[in-house]
Amino acid sequence: MIEKPIERVAKATPTGMARQIKGLSDKAVAWLFVGPTIFLLLAINIFPLIWTINLSFTNFRANRPNREVEYVGLRNYERILTDSDTWLSMQATAHFLFWTLLLQVLIGFALAWLINRKFRGNDVWTTIIVLPMMLSPAVVGNFWTFLYQPQIGLFNYVVSFFTGVDPSSFDMLGSVDLAPWSIIIVDTWMWTPFVMLICLAGLRSIPDYIYEAAEIDRASKWRQFWTITVPMVLPFLMLAVLFRGIENFKMFDLVVQLTGGGPGSVTEMASINLKREAFEKWRTGYASAFAIILFVTVFGLASIYVKALNKVKER
Amino acid sequence: MNYLRFSLGTAVLAGSLTATTPAMAEDLTLCWAAWDPANALVELSKEFEEASGNTMSFEFIPWPNFADRMLNELNSGGQLCDLLIGDSQWIGGGAENGHYVKLNEFFDAEGISMDDFAPATVYAYSTWPKGEPNYYALPAMGDANGWFYRKDWFARDDIRAAFKEQTGRELGEPQTQLELMEIAKFFQGREIDGNTVYGVSIFTERGSEGITMGATGALYAWGFKYENEPGSYDMEGAVNSPQAVEALEFYKELYDCCTPPGYTNAYMGESLDAFKSGQVAMAMNWFAFFPGLYADPDVGGDRIDFFVNPAQNVAASTLGGQGISVVSYSDKKDAALEYIKWFADPEVQAKWWSLGGYSASNAVLNDPSFVDSQPFAGDFLEAMDGVQDFWQEPAYAELLLAMQKRLHDYIVADQGTAQEALDKLTEDWTEIFEDEGKL
Repeated sequence: MIEKPIERVAKATPTGMARQIKGLSDKAVAWLFVGPTIFLLLAINIFPLIWTINLSFTNFRANRPNREVEYVGLRNYERILTDSDTWLSMQATAHFLFWTLLLQVLIGFALAWLINRKFRGNDVWTTIIVLPMMLSPAVVGNFWTFLYQPQIGLFNYVVSFFTGVDPSSFDMLGSVDLAPWSIIIVDTWMWTPFVMLICLAGLRSIPDYIYEAAEIDRASKWRQFWTITVPMVLPFLMLAVLFRGIENFKMFDLVVQLTGGGPGSVTEMASINLKREAFEKWRTGYASAFAIILFVTVFGLASIYVKALNKVKER
Repeated sequence: MNYLRFSLGTAVLAGSLTATTPAMAEDLTLCWAAWDPANALVELSKEFEEASGNTMSFEFIPWPNFADRMLNELNSGGQLCDLLIGDSQWIGGGAENGHYVKLNEFFDAEGISMDDFAPATVYAYSTWPKGEPNYYALPAMGDANGWFYRKDWFARDDIRAAFKEQTGRELGEPQTQLELMEIAKFFQGREIDGNTVYGVSIFTERGSEGITMGATGALYAWGFKYENEPGSYDMEGAVNSPQAVEALEFYKELYDCCTPPGYTNAYMGESLDAFKSGQVAMAMNWFAFFPGLYADPDVGGDRIDFFVNPAQNVAASTLGGQGISVVSYSDKKDAALEYIKWFADPEVQAKWWSLGGYSASNAVLNDPSFVDSQPFAGDFLEAMDGVQDFWQEPAYAELLLAMQKRLHDYIVADQGTAQEALDKLTEDWTEIFEDEGKL
């Protein structure tokens, strides 16, 4: 008689322990295993969230523990939502988000499409392309600061070589018009390989027989691309957009290294603004309200997006 | 049972040893910024180690992160530092939030008198509320924002002749802010020994305090005041006065006309680099760096000279410098106070100056030989006579960040006018003081 797996497990359980858990219902055993995880989740996720919501209605300052804490109702939310600086930082974030996602999707998909074609040295090229995303953002930020340096920076010289513009006549990090683009360029350079890898996974998941069937039906390459490749890669692409979107909404390290939010406040993203409020100005209550607003924004947008993603998958 | 008996015996023995042994030597940690004077202090402190038997450890943080790192340490009640040489603006928060030990009783018991230190430094580095005889620090490092220039370029006949032809006056140390700009414009883009050079390096940094410390040099010289009446927090018409607007427009023009390319986020390090690499004719920086600059093999010695921040309507300089405080969270307060007592000694102060630190002790500053002891010593004394400091309120960080933002937006990012920048700054500061319950 073949022994069932559950019987094997039961036999392998030490007699002492078996005796101890004897009498516990299946539900109780399940809780025993799930309990620690739920406790951790509550302790490090849910409790801080509830605590932050509570703080967002106060004037609490973490650097003044002795000061009396007052409940100020919705005042923090009102001040944030009517503060022009908040909206400027949200605009800067939206601008960064839109262009990085667009560029990374277009370039990432194009690279994946090229890499997916069988050619010699394919693996070497893949490795070279994914190198930037393996680097630390702090390192990337630092060396791009040098590349963008108007007097000695390689970037300015490359631009100068192709356009004839004097390399020291423009300052990528110091110019109000160019600074937002300088960050978009670096983020695109660093994270396009990530989008490429996901797209590559999507492209490789398309069975060859579909293309073969299309060939038999005399579908053109262009039609094959739009009716087979794009729809079948789309869920992967949307997943990549979701990951990059959430990451870039929180963008902090790269911007701090490159521009520190400047010049002026042109590249001051929402996350930098939040950090200044929380840990430089120490307006903990105000910063908590800001964090909740950002959380709701990301959560809301991500939920809508995931619904759309599921619809695409169902097609 | 045997174990219990052994433990009790050990505890009794340990207790009796503690009771009879004199105070044990401690390992004290002193926190400060990482810069030239900190190295001098390490050298100086070796004498304290010999004299007291205590050992010294040092935690030096780079300037851009100094405030963040140390204020977080204090706010969290950290025990990293037993002694802290903190910025003058932290004194309000240090006192009101209980981070610093009040030193009055200790000073009285040890015979340390604040009259033995330069009044401007006692006022700025030690007292809270301002000017009240409540001391939370001993003046440790006098400092102000000053200027230095390429004396060798200024002395060249061809350059002097070109300057005279262009401006109608002799090239020399500027006596006013407008003269400074005139000289900077003259040097901007000029070819010297085959290299293109620029007029000035000034502070434009956004992240910490840079642009505020730079621009206040111009604001104070035009007569800028923080309040209409000291202590009133009434800022309308003072912070955004016509003189302040004029000064800010001047600083922006100086930035636009006369700094090297890409000079959008520059503070102490960048200013020193620009000067040492021969890019600029003049530069602003803290007096603390002047000994190192004078000793520089490429641009020091005969090639450099120094001048105090030029006056415009009034003679004034931006205050730097720090006092040394005992951190209240330290469990080695006695040893830390011992260090302060040793440091206050006039002989130690004299050695401090000789090693490159800026003593605030009257015994050192009033010594007849002081003015000639270094080429910048006279300028230092002159600067310290007219120093003005930023707010020292507990909300200093918020006040500073607001000014950093408004100034950088206007000066570097070219947004709005000087009047708008100062109007907005007045609004920001008013809101902060309202939140503080002071308005």
